[in-house]
Amino acid sequence: MVLGVSQHPRGQLEWSNMTMNERKVIDLDQGWAFMQQGITKLKNILEGVPQQQFSSEEYMMLYTTIYNMCTQKPPHDYSQQLYDRYKEAFDEYINSTVMPALREKHDEFMLRELVKRWSNHKVMVRWLSRFFHYLDRYFIARRSLLGLNDVGLQCFRDSVYKEMRVKVRDAVIALIDQEREGEQIDRALLKNVLDIFVEIGMGHMDCYVEDFETEMLADTASYYSRKATSWIMEDSCPDYMLKAEECLKREKDRVTHYLHSSSEQKLLEKVQHELLFVYASQLLEKEHSGCHALLRDDKVDDLSRMYRLFCRIPKGLDPVSQIFKQHVTAEGTALVKQAEDAASNKKAEKKDVVGLQEQVFVRKVIELHDKYLAYVDKCFMNHSLFHKALKEAFEVFCNKGVAGSSSAELLATFCDNILKKGGSEKLSDEAIEETLEKVVKLLAYISDKDLFAEFYRKKLARRLLFDKSANDDHERSILTKLKQQCGGQFTSKMEGMVTDLTLAREHQTNFEDYINNNANANPGIDLTVTVLTTGFWPSYKSFDLNLPAEMVKCVEVFKEFYQTKTKHRKLTWIYSLGTCNINGKFDPKTMELIVTTYQASALLLFNASDRLSYSEIMSQLNLTDDDVVRLLHSLSCAKYQILNKEPTTKTISPSDYFEFNSKFTDRLRRIKIPLPPVDEKKKVIEDVDKDRRYAIDASIVRIMKSRKVLSYQQLVMECVEQLGRMFKPDFKAIKKRIEDLITREYLERDKDNPNTFRYLA
Amino acid sequence: MRRSSSRKTGAANPASSINPSAIDPYRSASSKSAAKELERIDQLFNVYANKSSGLIDPEGIESLCSDVGVDYTDVRILMLAWKMQAAKQGYFTLEEWRKGLKALRVDSIEKLKKALSALEQEVAKPQTFLDFYSYAFRYCLTEEKQKSIDIESICELLELVLGSRYCNQVDSFIKYLKIQKDYKVINMDQWMGFLRFFDEISFPDFKNYDPDLAWPLILDNYVEWMRTNQS
Repeated sequence: MVLGVSQHPRGQLEWSNMTMNERKVIDLDQGWAFMQQGITKLKNILEGVPQQQFSSEEYMMLYTTIYNMCTQKPPHDYSQQLYDRYKEAFDEYINSTVMPALREKHDEFMLRELVKRWSNHKVMVRWLSRFFHYLDRYFIARRSLLGLNDVGLQCFRDSVYKEMRVKVRDAVIALIDQEREGEQIDRALLKNVLDIFVEIGMGHMDCYVEDFETEMLADTASYYSRKATSWIMEDSCPDYMLKAEECLKREKDRVTHYLHSSSEQKLLEKVQHELLFVYASQLLEKEHSGCHALLRDDKVDDLSRMYRLFCRIPKGLDPVSQIFKQHVTAEGTALVKQAEDAASNKKAEKKDVVGLQEQVFVRKVIELHDKYLAYVDKCFMNHSLFHKALKEAFEVFCNKGVAGSSSAELLATFCDNILKKGGSEKLSDEAIEETLEKVVKLLAYISDKDLFAEFYRKKLARRLLFDKSANDDHERSILTKLKQQCGGQFTSKMEGMVTDLTLAREHQTNFEDYINNNANANPGIDLTVTVLTTGFWPSYKSFDLNLPAEMVKCVEVFKEFYQTKTKHRKLTWIYSLGTCNINGKFDPKTMELIVTTYQASALLLFNASDRLSYSEIMSQLNLTDDDVVRLLHSLSCAKYQILNKEPTTKTISPSDYFEFNSKFTDRLRRIKIPLPPVDEKKKVIEDVDKDRRYAIDASIVRIMKSRKVLSYQQLVMECVEQLGRMFKPDFKAIKKRIEDLITREYLERDKDNPNTFRYLA
Repeated sequence: MRRSSSRKTGAANPASSINPSAIDPYRSASSKSAAKELERIDQLFNVYANKSSGLIDPEGIESLCSDVGVDYTDVRILMLAWKMQAAKQGYFTLEEWRKGLKALRVDSIEKLKKALSALEQEVAKPQTFLDFYSYAFRYCLTEEKQKSIDIESICELLELVLGSRYCNQVDSFIKYLKIQKDYKVINMDQWMGFLRFFDEISFPDFKNYDPDLAWPLILDNYVEWMRTNQS
């Protein structure tokens, strides 16, 4: 309804006996009668009774009447009365016309009527307040009374709104619920109705909140509670989640279209609460379709949806990440068991060798990691909770060994197979780099990192010394990766080893020059010596092998040469690592045999004797039983029978006799006779244990030196933290070291508190 | 206490036991000057001392024991040594002898006999007992720079020093000490830990024992062993 001022002659107001020019005193009733005409006209317009619009003169007159009545001298200053009658005008109209009209309607019709009536009322307030405007300027201001606009709106609020609000609210909520059930409703109507609740608050949201929103939210809650109760029984988890997501979407939509924006968060929270929070565990733990099942069946979309939904409720993701962790742990543990079972079916004599199954195991663990890292990234949006769950899961099963080999050893062996020539893994350069990258990542989950380092070092030594390394770049590349992950200290020795080899080549060139320049220095045999820096390389037992005479000269020559280079170093010869090419003059043909120094020494004994007993060989070589058995086995009971054994059993015993097998031959001219390496596992573990004891000692002393006085629990905690980068120290081991340090008088127990220790300077 | 006596235990020189002042135990030292008392103490010392070394050696201690009427392995002799703060096991110096007997207010064998029973009660008091207990360990460190005592001796010492006080606990623990293989010797810190253990921990359920505290590892192992055997 638009009210304007027009020149239309019909319905013009009339002053009965007055002109504007005279300034006679206007009596209250008189004046009011005039005003009443205007009010009536206004009402008619609102009611739709055909009326002229207000002309500008009429407007002026109405305004001026008020003006005059207010500015008259007492007792004719009627401000107060006019103020009161202004209000009464509204009340009268409302009670006589508006309310009856509303009372007779219901539901949607009532709502429409209300919207219309409110709109009318606003117009009425606007116009009347303009007529009575002069009151606003002085009277109201001076008395600090409620302004005309507010008075007008309040009339509606205190009468119409107050009486109708509950009915209106219920009608609106009913429509909302209908819409939820899928029916079409008049959204514009609802928007208008709800605007009333907002506007009637006159600057505050209380009416909207208390008279509508609260009940709406409660209704929403019970609506979704009912739905959830039946859905949770009937629907699978993915289906339920789809429904939940849809509901949330629709409710959000509802806010956009007719609810006030301030309701959005509260509304969505209610829905989330009823659909997700209340039934969270039931949903996640549904037997055939819950979180476990979704993970098992790789339902990536459903899991992403689960993440989206559960991240909305407080701590909603905790149980999801727990189930994820359990699942990954179970998968990993299953791999361990698989490998264990496969390993236990191996032949007895191969038990200590890390075999194919273990290789496969590491591969599978890598694949598992890739798979679930992708899950964390794609389904779970890289959330830290899931990264943590993945990490903890891997830490559980990655520290389980397989068939007596620790995971540290398995990983080191895996690397060895990739890096050595003729290893079981045949991959492209790129694939190798990628795989090494992943292996280093897995290392983060292993607590015995120092054990890995030691195994790796041992195998690296073997690769370097026996020229088995396939690719120098890869060797360096993995060392760089390990350095990044575990720090420089981890790789310093290994790097030293690689450098040693490079230097060794230089040395060798110098040695050859030396021999060429000194005729009497020639040992008569081609000799290559690799000088290793002791600290970098694993410790090797050096036995005093009785070298054959030919080799003794070699050693002497090299010693002399080395003296010319440096006088401050001591050389210790490790014959167990040497290789030798010797010619065997067999009857069929002469063949070149590539053997270890130990094997060569044994074979050369047969140049002087035709037949030797086990004990003779042992005493002449001056080696241990273990070594002798191994080397004789390789020469007489293995693939190539260079020696004949008496008796011809398959194992070596101290009563055996050996003879040179002159009949030996092979298709090739040159063969390699392998000597299987001693199992280093026990030694590695021993060495690492020893290093750990030192490390724990050093750590305890370091901590106590700086703290001076510390409780036992604190000490243990700090010690574990300090050492955590390399290994997880056993509590009992720490206790033992503390006791040892007490005996060695580095620490003492506090006299008053037996749980506290003091540093003894 | 260890002994290395090669001679048969002989009775004390009969002549020296007829010491006029020793016959009258009721003539209290207070009525005589302290010097007289010291004189008697010294005389008593000479009864048992080895003439050439000037110390009471293990043989002397043995005859002292037989005169006093206690076995040389009796804990009261250890307590006497403690009272004297004797430094070397099996030997008493004159200084130590004087110190001990003066503290006990004793200058004759008769008085000594009586004093020994009273000494037991004195030692039993908590604060004194702690001191005595730690002394007992140090007393057994016979070699120079020795810091630990072998398990066998520890078992004997435990029995001697704590046997009456904590009978069941000690028996049980000694049983364990004999069969365990982790430790061949025990140091002072562990020794003191044992007393605390018997004092504080309920037996035989060990309900209030917490291995996460700083108890010596051997006790952790003992409790574990007991718990496995009990179940």
